[in-house]
Amino acid sequence: MQMSFSKRTLSNGLDVIVHEDHQLPMVAVNLWYHVGSKNERPGRTGFAHLFEHLMFEGSEHHDQGYFPPLQRAGGLINGSTNADRTNYWEVVPTGALDLALWMESDRMGYLLPALSEQKFSNQRDVVLNERRQNYENRPYGLAGFALSAAMFPPDHPYHWPTIGSADDLRAASLGVVREFSQTYYHPGNASLSLAGDVERERAFDLAEQYFGDLPAGPRVERIQATARLAESANLVLEDRIELPRLYVGWHSPAMFAGDDAELDIVADVLTHGKTSRLYKTLVYERRVATDVSAYQSSREMSGVFQIVGTAAAGVGLTELHSAIVAAVAELADHGPAEAEIDRGVAQTEAQFIYRLQTTGGFGGKGDQLNAYNTFVGDPGYFDADRQRYRHVTGSGAAAAVRRWLVNAPSVSLSVVPKGRRDLALPGAVEVRVS
Amino acid sequence: MSVDRARLPIPGPDRPFHFPRIVHRTLANGLALRAVRHRSVPVASLVLLVPGGSSVDPQDRHGLVSITAGLLDEGSRGQDALAIADRLARIGGDLDLEAGLDAVVISLTTLDRFLETGLELVREMTLEPNLANDDFNRIRNLRLERFRQMKDHAAALAERAFARALYDTHPYGHLAMGSDAALNAMTVDDTRALHAAMFTPDGATLIVVGDRPEDELLDLAARTFEPWRAAASALTVDRSAALAAPPSTPPVALGVVSRPGAAQSELRIGHVCASRSTPDYHSLLILNAVLGGEFVSRLNLNLREGKGYTYGVRSAFNLRRGLGPFVVQTSVGTDVTAPAIHEALREIQAIAGARPATDDEVAVAFASLSKGYPRGFETAGQVARSVAQLALHNLSDSHFEEFVPRLARVTSDDVAAAAGRYLKPANMTTLVVGDLDKIQGALPDLGLGPHQVLTVDF
Repeated sequence: MQMSFSKRTLSNGLDVIVHEDHQLPMVAVNLWYHVGSKNERPGRTGFAHLFEHLMFEGSEHHDQGYFPPLQRAGGLINGSTNADRTNYWEVVPTGALDLALWMESDRMGYLLPALSEQKFSNQRDVVLNERRQNYENRPYGLAGFALSAAMFPPDHPYHWPTIGSADDLRAASLGVVREFSQTYYHPGNASLSLAGDVERERAFDLAEQYFGDLPAGPRVERIQATARLAESANLVLEDRIELPRLYVGWHSPAMFAGDDAELDIVADVLTHGKTSRLYKTLVYERRVATDVSAYQSSREMSGVFQIVGTAAAGVGLTELHSAIVAAVAELADHGPAEAEIDRGVAQTEAQFIYRLQTTGGFGGKGDQLNAYNTFVGDPGYFDADRQRYRHVTGSGAAAAVRRWLVNAPSVSLSVVPKGRRDLALPGAVEVRVS
Repeated sequence: MSVDRARLPIPGPDRPFHFPRIVHRTLANGLALRAVRHRSVPVASLVLLVPGGSSVDPQDRHGLVSITAGLLDEGSRGQDALAIADRLARIGGDLDLEAGLDAVVISLTTLDRFLETGLELVREMTLEPNLANDDFNRIRNLRLERFRQMKDHAAALAERAFARALYDTHPYGHLAMGSDAALNAMTVDDTRALHAAMFTPDGATLIVVGDRPEDELLDLAARTFEPWRAAASALTVDRSAALAAPPSTPPVALGVVSRPGAAQSELRIGHVCASRSTPDYHSLLILNAVLGGEFVSRLNLNLREGKGYTYGVRSAFNLRRGLGPFVVQTSVGTDVTAPAIHEALREIQAIAGARPATDDEVAVAFASLSKGYPRGFETAGQVARSVAQLALHNLSDSHFEEFVPRLARVTSDDVAAAAGRYLKPANMTTLVVGDLDKIQGALPDLGLGPHQVLTVDF
């Protein structure tokens, strides 16, 4: 199964990808900028995401807010920022495609003249509220920050969270916006996809019409950074929670790199569904944990493989840790059984097909085409991506576990209720996160 | 070709969208079947709607419907939960067991080639669950642990306290998950009695959506579910319990759940309002879009884009079989808690009085709700869940086709009238989950009377 597409690159460097699907009278516009929080510097964290907010506050030729004209046209609109990229999308009725492209191109080319100190400080307040709501005021909300900070050294771009530090956000100034925009927000650092109810040639014509005369920007140098843990770390973080939770993280391959698919399947085998090894042992049989999950969180430069378990009331994290270590060692020695791999691959296959159901929005076909184009340089990578999982073998998975998990240092983070550091792994060193 | 940047392009006409045909069949056992052909990717979705959600929980057994629904995939026909999970995984099945206030909804999405297996799995789970004591204890413990965790979750505290403040002992006054005490008092026999009483074919609806002729979908569903028979039960469930009248005046005007050191204040503002059967349904949708249903609504433009008090604020008319609430929900900075409440109340008062929705606002709301309407019917799962809403609320099959024309007839006068009739600023309950010491100094300025400190029991 394929996701059909056509791709052309405009003379200013903008990649344009078109996918026709006439099931609904809607078109999904999706625009990726290859910039994220990894392009920030220490002391200026959170800026890529704050910039995303400013993109919704109007541009030179329509300085009245991004939402109203598109919402009046029946469009759905959103955007998001992570470490590696920033994406923006509209899903609009077919007749409003011109409008969406006018709006996207105007803010790509003409954002700066419309920016003001007032917009900037308002959106900084909004982002500080977002940070409080989604992280500070949420149980275990700061654990991810602590884990990343321990996995990566302070100058590594994956050290800090995309939302940024509250102090950096407060210190951010409008002056940095200009530099940031000129460096990263231009056609040569972007990928546009149009998916849905639009004919291919018309889609390319419209892309040329609206984006073709925007100037090409400077070439963006790819950031290269590597991180290794010199030795394992054992940390504890106090939080306003009732049940202690253990996070174990290892460095792992970048997305689409060798062993990435193997570790995805390993994560499934460990914690996906009741039949998975750790769920079955810890939650179903021994009932010492309330939940357990594992992910191969792969990003552009490198990944983190993590296993997270929450202890049942009265159970110490040592018991969870031992079970996790034992399950990983078992996989390293013997690999997953064939039936486990079959099950994992069957689920992955189904997920690939489910992903073809939605045209627009986060994770829709337009978003996937841009993801493949941005990270692999090939929008048609869908099927190759899927094939990676078909090729996973038991011995390959075992080798990946040995290479990345068993023979490598890890970070263990115990998150415990305030004043209950006795529930952490023995010898854990306290960390603070703000 | 270059662009005219002096003006925005004017959108062209909409291409027509038609909701696909819904084909009906009723089985001899009373089960209603619905089939829709959906031509897209080879994926099929089925939804089994069993009316009577947590609102039929017995008074001393809050959470019974939810835990019973949660046990459906924990083993059936003598096979244990692991065997069921393994069969589901092998078909890449995406199963959801949802116990809502008005119904239990069992949804499964699978690849088209596994539709027969998917139907059989749903049949086994729904009709022949083991409801074994050991599984009951395991799942109950997981839920008790979940309660412990929710005590630290501001939004979870707010949901629970707000439902209680508005509805008290009415069936909508407790959340589907129930409470610690009720779960502890329950036995597996309660779940067996509830299962026999509530999971009956008569009144239930099974919807199958996939890329096959409707008759084939219906034949498959009929063959699988024809043997379903109601069982005898010591329990009777009152599926109309939620239609009882809630308290006419809210017991709480201004309530605070104290959370010392909270990073923000979680807010809920609203009152008991209307049911899904209201003849003013379309006017309420427009009203809500103007007030707080969208990014560009008055509440969000004021509290977020104007004042920077919050990451976002939304309002909703949560229309149910019984009278559901109107609610504004947001999370705001601790230091701006009182001003945020003041602004939210001011917007509600204004739209219900001095500053009703204008023609232009109504036009924007109509355009937004109507032009984007087809988006909701893209996947087989979306189509199946939409048809389930028709069944739950006794709406006609033409509901989706008539939606846009009916919405188009709503005038700004209709919206003003609906605001006057359905929004009761003097009857609002305002609930704050936040740092009481830091916010209480400013609360008297709101003129809502003394605040009540609420405790939340799980």
